[in-house]
Amino acid sequence: MSATPFLTLSALLFTIGAFGVLVRRNAIVVFMCVELMLNATNLAFVTFARVHGNLDGQIAAFFVMVVAAAEVVVGLAIITAIFRTRRSASIDDASLLKY
Amino acid sequence: MNELLPADGAFSLLWLLIAIPLASATILLVGGRLVDKWAHVLGTLAPLASFALGVVCFARLLDRPVEERSIGQTLYSWVDVGSFSADMGLLYDQLSAVFVLLITGVGSLIHIYSIGYMAHDEKRRRFFGFLNLFIAAMLLLVLADNYLALFLGWEGVGLASYLLIGFWQHKNSAAVAAKKAFIVNRVGDLGMALAIMVMFATFNSFTFRGVAAGVEGASDTVQTVLGLLLLLAACGKSAQVPLQSWLLDAMEGPTPVSALIHAATMVTAGVYLVVRSSFIYETTAVASTAVVIVGLVTLLVGAIIGCAKDDIKKVLAGSTMSQIGYMMLAAGIGPAGYAFAIFHLLTHGFFKANMFLGAGSVMHAVDDDVNMRHYGGLRSIMPVTFLTFAMGYLAIIGFPGFAGFWSKDKIIEAAFADNAVVGLGAMLGAGITAFYMTRLMLMTFFGERRWSDGVHPHESPRVMTIPLMVLAAGSVVGGVLLLNDWIVDWLEPVVGAEAAHEEGVQPWVLTLAVLVVVAAGAGLAWFLFGKRVPRAAPAGSPVTRAARADLYGDALNEGVFMRPGQYLTRSLVYFDNRGVDGAVNGIAALVGGTSGRLRRFQTGFVRSYALAMLGGALLLVLTMLAVNLT
Repeated sequence: MSATPFLTLSALLFTIGAFGVLVRRNAIVVFMCVELMLNATNLAFVTFARVHGNLDGQIAAFFVMVVAAAEVVVGLAIITAIFRTRRSASIDDASLLKY
Repeated sequence: MNELLPADGAFSLLWLLIAIPLASATILLVGGRLVDKWAHVLGTLAPLASFALGVVCFARLLDRPVEERSIGQTLYSWVDVGSFSADMGLLYDQLSAVFVLLITGVGSLIHIYSIGYMAHDEKRRRFFGFLNLFIAAMLLLVLADNYLALFLGWEGVGLASYLLIGFWQHKNSAAVAAKKAFIVNRVGDLGMALAIMVMFATFNSFTFRGVAAGVEGASDTVQTVLGLLLLLAACGKSAQVPLQSWLLDAMEGPTPVSALIHAATMVTAGVYLVVRSSFIYETTAVASTAVVIVGLVTLLVGAIIGCAKDDIKKVLAGSTMSQIGYMMLAAGIGPAGYAFAIFHLLTHGFFKANMFLGAGSVMHAVDDDVNMRHYGGLRSIMPVTFLTFAMGYLAIIGFPGFAGFWSKDKIIEAAFADNAVVGLGAMLGAGITAFYMTRLMLMTFFGERRWSDGVHPHESPRVMTIPLMVLAAGSVVGGVLLLNDWIVDWLEPVVGAEAAHEEGVQPWVLTLAVLVVVAAGAGLAWFLFGKRVPRAAPAGSPVTRAARADLYGDALNEGVFMRPGQYLTRSLVYFDNRGVDGAVNGIAALVGGTSGRLRRFQTGFVRSYALAMLGGALLLVLTMLAVNLT
């Protein structure tokens, strides 16, 4: 079985995610795009694990999932807090932390 | 040099000579208002007590045979660090003895005079405290048996001089004059300090005996350097060219101070130093010739300045410079001159103190006006002052029989025996002396009355005139010291024997020639100032104007030392502000400005950060690909 379709899909998903992070303003959407990128890399990890016939890539994918889960908890909490105070989830509005 | 004998009997009290005035000074300066009432009494008794002790010691010294007249007393170990040790030791010999008598004797008279002169000054207690401090320091200077203790006394008199010149420090001119005296003296003190260092480095000793023993075997360079450094020190303290400029300004101090410190005693310390260091000057012709030249130049410069001044005290100050020039000249000649230098120093101490106090008495009478053009005709109003002043006048111009006649004549004689040019210079100086002193006499005591409105001259009180009379008597009979060459024989063990000089010119011919020159000087003064003295100073010739400006001594110092020094410091400040500070501040500004611009990248927009991260990651990946492909 060729790895090329999986890697192509992974690259496609990653590109969509990266594009979404750059162009969308809604924090939730940006957040989902980040998740999309993470999962794209997970797909690449698993594919390579399969190609090489060992479990290294799979273990890395697990780690990424764990980190992503933790990130979701913290990230959603921050977004919720920002939304409560500013009545907006636009990340461009939340640009106070600057020079 | 004779064997140093331990101090026994009356000599064991030598330290009291210094301790009495020092204790009195401490009480007066620390006591505050508690001692105000009797401050002047205590202040006067202290030098009198020292004088009495000095007389006793002197009498004992006279009783002893010649070879037993050097008495040493080690008081305590002063500094003892590693290989460096200095004892506080006193040396009482023929030279110290006459100085002790001069300092305490003239000093006591001037203290008595000051009771009257400073009667209405609210700071009289402090004045007497400073005077006592001066007496103590001056006695230490002449009694020390080593250069380090001498230096302590040397600085002590400098301090007292500074304090007393600036005694009326509310006057700006007095404060400035005090500072000037102090700073010019520092230049001389540098010479003294360096000389002591050279002594210690070369001979590992700075006692007179240790240096005398070492200097004979020392190299020419060391001998010459020591001689010149000590000469520099002497120039500072004795107001000799080129460090003469402070003495004229020092007249800002109260007149008794001018009489005691800036005429009779302190300014002669330089002569004492040269005579005391005779063992050094014996070994170096260069340095002793330099002493003669300094003396000759100063005696002419001082005399010329004295001719043009209208301020009575400045005339006397110029005269003091000039007379000390005579002493230096004599001291530079060598063994033939040392005794006469000291002899002239003693007679000068009498007649110049006498005239300064007389000038103070005159100023007292005319409301502290110092301009002689505002005097005139005071002879009949102030007979005692006039007569005593006249004694001093006759002594200084060298009228036959008076003290100055004997001492100055001997110096001129020794100068001619040494070198004809020096002799002629000294003789010319005698003529100029006669000119300016006659001018002073005529302008002050003779002629029509030119007093300012509201001035009512009066004779001074007894407490002031009695010291004048005593000093006048000294001015008249001071010459007895030369009887049978007493002073020469007396000092011979200390300063060496007079070398037998060939009789080039008969002494009586020289004496006659000097008298003619003196008469010419006095006659010229009478011709110019005997008839009429304008109340306002005429413009005068260029020479007169130069002499009024102290022969441009101050201008020279200002142009050569002060201005370049100021430029140097100002350019250093400029360099510090612009150069060093500029570099430091510039770097700080550069970093600050750069960071201020770099900060702008921190926009707060998360998406732009994400773009940057993406760009960076892409760049990284592309680089890795490029590296792998090649």
